[in-house]
Order: sequence, then C-alpha cells, then structure tokens
Amino acid sequence: MKKEMSAAAKRRRLNHLLLHAGLFLFAAACVYPLLRIFSVSLRPGDKLVSMDLSLIPAGATFVSYAKLLGDTMFLRWLWNSLLITLATSFIGVSLASTAAYAFSRFRFPGKKVGMILLLSSQMIPAGMLILPLFLMIMKLKLMNTYLGMIIAYSVSSLPFSIWILKGYYDTIPRSLEEAALVDGTSQVGAFWRIILPLSTPALSIAFLFNFTTAWNEYLVARVVLFSSQQYTWTLGLFELQGQYITQWGMFAAGSMLVTIPVLCVFLYSSKWLISGLTLGSVKG
Amino acid sequence: MATVQFKGIVKKFGDNLVLNGVDVDIKDHEFVVIVGPSGCGKTTLLRMLAGLEEITDGEILIDNLLVNELHPSKREIAMVFQDYALYPHMTVEENMNFALRLRKMDKAEIASRVAEASNVLQLNKFLKRMPKQLSGGQRQRVAIGRAIVRKPKVFLFDEPLSNLDAKLREEMRVEIAKLYQRLNATIIYVTHDQVEAMTLAGRIVIMNHGIVQQVGSPIEVYRKPCNLFVAGFIGSPTMNFMTGKLALEGEALFFKNEDIKLSIPPYLLSDAKKHDGREVVLGVRPDDVLVERDGEKCSDKVQGVLEVCELLGHRENLYLKVGGMRVLATVEAFFNRSPGSAVTLCFNYKNMHVFDKATESRISE
Repeated sequence: MKKEMSAAAKRRRLNHLLLHAGLFLFAAACVYPLLRIFSVSLRPGDKLVSMDLSLIPAGATFVSYAKLLGDTMFLRWLWNSLLITLATSFIGVSLASTAAYAFSRFRFPGKKVGMILLLSSQMIPAGMLILPLFLMIMKLKLMNTYLGMIIAYSVSSLPFSIWILKGYYDTIPRSLEEAALVDGTSQVGAFWRIILPLSTPALSIAFLFNFTTAWNEYLVARVVLFSSQQYTWTLGLFELQGQYITQWGMFAAGSMLVTIPVLCVFLYSSKWLISGLTLGSVKG
Repeated sequence: MATVQFKGIVKKFGDNLVLNGVDVDIKDHEFVVIVGPSGCGKTTLLRMLAGLEEITDGEILIDNLLVNELHPSKREIAMVFQDYALYPHMTVEENMNFALRLRKMDKAEIASRVAEASNVLQLNKFLKRMPKQLSGGQRQRVAIGRAIVRKPKVFLFDEPLSNLDAKLREEMRVEIAKLYQRLNATIIYVTHDQVEAMTLAGRIVIMNHGIVQQVGSPIEVYRKPCNLFVAGFIGSPTMNFMTGKLALEGEALFFKNEDIKLSIPPYLLSDAKKHDGREVVLGVRPDDVLVERDGEKCSDKVQGVLEVCELLGHRENLYLKVGGMRVLATVEAFFNRSPGSAVTLCFNYKNMHVFDKATESRISE
C-alpha cells in the first residue's frame, strides 16, 4: 500500500515538474524578446546583432535613451499617444457601457441583429477598414488631428467592449435595479449607482483593451497623421529607421520606454479585476 | 398607510394572458396574502403594483390615486424581494439608508430610522458588514429593514421566505407576524406556501391561471372553499375528492359511485330534489376522515384497507384504499395497524364539501 502511494506521489511530482518546465519555456519565449531589446538599448552604437548574449552588454550605456529624449521629439510623440489613448479609452468605455446596458436590459426592435452586426464587424480585417476610415475622417475635416484619431480608435474598439460589458451586465440580477427603482432612483440612477460599481471588473477589461489597442496602433495613425508634431510614438519610432541606417539603440530605448505607461495601467487596473463583486446580493 | 385597489387588471406577455381581469380591494392596515401555484400571476400582480411591470389593461389605485403610469419611486411603496436584492457593494447600514439618502433626508433622521429598524430586526451588530458576510436569514432581515426605514404607504413582500430553510422560514414567519403587529401597516404578501398564507394573512387572495378564485379570511377559505381548486390548494394534507352522482331515494339524498354510498344530510344540500342525478365531487379533509379504533366508533361505516402509515409525531397519515378510491386520513398517533389490514372508517359530514363536477363550484351550504 505504502509502495503504491509513493509511486502515485512520484508520478504526480513528475507531472508537476513537466508542467512547470512547459510553463517556464513559454514564459521564457515571452520574456526573451523584451530582454534582447533591453540589451540592444544599452549597447554602445547602433548594433542590433551581436555575438554577445549577455543581458547587460560590455560597455553598457544609457546614451541611446539620452539621445532619444534629447535629440528627437520622442516625448512629444509619447504625449500625443497618451492623450489620444486616454481619450479613446474613456470615450470608448463610456459609449460601450451605456450601449451594452441597453442591449442587456431593454427590449427593442433589432436588438439581436444589432448584437450580431457588432460581432461580425470584428471579423473584418483591420486593413479593409483603412480606406473607409480615411474617407470618413477626411470628410469630417479631421485629418492630422487628435480628434480624428480618437474617433477612429473609439469606434473600432466599440463592438468588442459592448460584447464584453453586455455579457457581464447579464450576470447582474435585475432585482438589484428593481430594488433601486423602488428605493427612488431613476433608470439612469440605478445604472450609475448600482450597475456601474458592480461592473468594475468588466469595465477594467474594456478599458485595458481600448488602451492597449489605441496605444499600439500604427496603421490608422499612418493614414490620418502626417505632421511629425502630431505623430504618435508608433509613427515616431518608425522615423528612426532611415533608408541607409537605422538607429537601433534609440529604437530599442523607445520600445522600452513605451512599455512603461501600459505597465502602469495594467498594474493599476489589476486591483479592479476582482471577481465576486455581486456575492451576497441575492440568494446564491 | 393606504388602501390598494386592483380594478380589472389584465396582463399579457405577447399572446400569453397572465392576468385576466383581477379585481381586489385591500383595506387600510390590512395584511393580505396572495397565494397560488407557480405561474398563476401573483408575482406579476405584485410587480405591477410596484411599477416594475407595465399594465396591459385595468387600473391600480393606491390611496385612491391612480398609479398606472407612476414611476416606482413615486408610489410610496417598499418591496422585499424573493432573492433579497441587497446592494452587494454597500454595507448593511448603507443598504438600509440608501432610499433615505436618495431623498436627501436629514442625517440625524436617517440615523434614527436605521437604528430603530436595526433594533427591531436585531441587526445592530451587522450594520458595518457587507451582505456577503451575512447568513440567508440575516440578509432577509436586512431586506425587510430596508423596507421598514422608508415608512412607506404599502409594504410588498414577494415570496420573502422561499429561499430560507424550513426552520429559518418558521422563525421569520413569526418575525413578520410580530412586525405587522408593531407596524400595523398595509402589507401585500405573495407566496405559494399555503401555510404562510394561513398563518400570516388577515385575508387571503387565492389565484389560479391569472384569475382570482376566492378572497376571504383564512378560516373562510379553509372551511368554505368556493371551488375545487381552492379546496385542493388550501389545507395540508390535501383534501380527499370522491367523484360520483347524487341520487334521491325516498326523501333522502345519497352520494353514490362504484365504491361507496353515503347519505348526504339536508344541512349539506338543502333542496334534495334539485340535486337528484347531479354529477358531483365530494370533498373531505383528511382530518374529517375518522377511523374506528378503541374508544372511537363510526356511524355510516365504510370499509377500507390500510396501505401506508406515515407517522408525523403526534399525528399519523393513513393512506387507505376504499374500493378503487384512495382516501387519506389524518388521525392521532399511534394507529398501530400493519399495512394490508382492514379498517372501518366514516366521514365527518359537518365539514364535508360538495362541488358540481362540471362547473367545479361549491354547491353545499
């Protein structure tokens, strides 16, 4: 009996080990490119390829960072990106949260079709939307403006956000809103005071999705923005790539710096990504 | 407090007719229980009164004010939901004072009302806790507290005890009865549990298929059910029903079927000739089925066979077979006979009910 138990324990241990080895491999595959870029950003000169595999290269220097911040408009591009991304995220989440509430709670003609249309719009490749977006923004005379970018980004991430939020609202018992209505709120009041505070996990996910999509976007920015004053960081970094020479050190330094805002947003949002907010409200 | 009137209430969900002309008048300070099986429309009626469901046709008046188009918050009602519906992101105290804060009431007044309600409901210790940290009974008490602090015109209870276990349900039932005595409010209480209805109500409204079957005091609906449905729904265990025909033999009226022949006394059906040949259903509550045993003798005897005994404690359910019919008798424990043994039984005619088979309406006095 004891022997059998120990054999089972050994098998469990082996499985555990294999599982962790697999997870470690995947984690390494994810982290490796980031570490290499960090390494490139510290190399003296614009060396992308090197025989040196150490993380901190010989003669490591922050010159690329200093040059990027001092000699280029990188801070301006970062600011542009931040402005556009934050505006996009707030507008996107605001629109999606109210639209999703309507889809979740009200009965109206075209509700089902509307949801399917929203979903199918996500199946259209982003490249196909470039031309209509360009025409729309040009007609609105919003080329090379923040507003043009914000509109383009907000609408493109709206369907996904609506689906996420609608799904979450559906899990919140209707009796909570009904209790609030009887207690004296309006429908909007019930949404604001009861539904929104309970939806923070889904709102955070929608916000993160909007933020990362807008922050990393290149294609639409390439079409809408044409003056380097208005560039987002994605366009700005591309500027560092010349016809004959690419400033890999600065490119890598820029790549490292742009991860900081996203990291901050992720870390801040994580406290809202908690489950079980509706526990105790109704009989479980 | 206030009166409530339902006048010809009709509710349709698409083609589905849920309520079909409900007329009920509820008096000031009255405790009315609306009872009926699942899907009979009782909760829909309550939700329409609360303003949570649109009215297809008819009128609802609270204190003689037509409220059909009035927003729930303007109806001066408070509702206790079946699933508690506590705001999970608020403490017990915040849940209880939410409605008062919305009305921008004076802080001292809010505090005093919450303190008063939490004293009555013994919630003082839990005021700073979140709903998820409470047991089912405590949550339901918070839900009731949230209603009390409002001091509304009408309290609505939508099956408030159905999520609680049997023991807690009993405790809460007593709590609600005590609360009513204290508040002396107009209360409309919906339940499918006829024990709750019988124990709590001043008047019971019995519904089935969206139609009010009978309105009356608990003893009225128990002693004089107006039709077969009410007779079968009210009372536990369920009433025994025997289908047969009335036949006049000389001056006496008899109930007959393949298995049984019983004389129907004139105080049950007065005009015997009128009922000759009528197809009827005889209703006898299990308590009114008497079995012959030591010290208890039966008259107008019927022979039966004992099938199953169910000991309930001080009472015992006897499942008997009389010919092809099944008859349930509830007698004092302990009967001490084994299944299969012959039993002599008789019926208490004073509490017997006669219903017309076709219309299902009561025809006995």
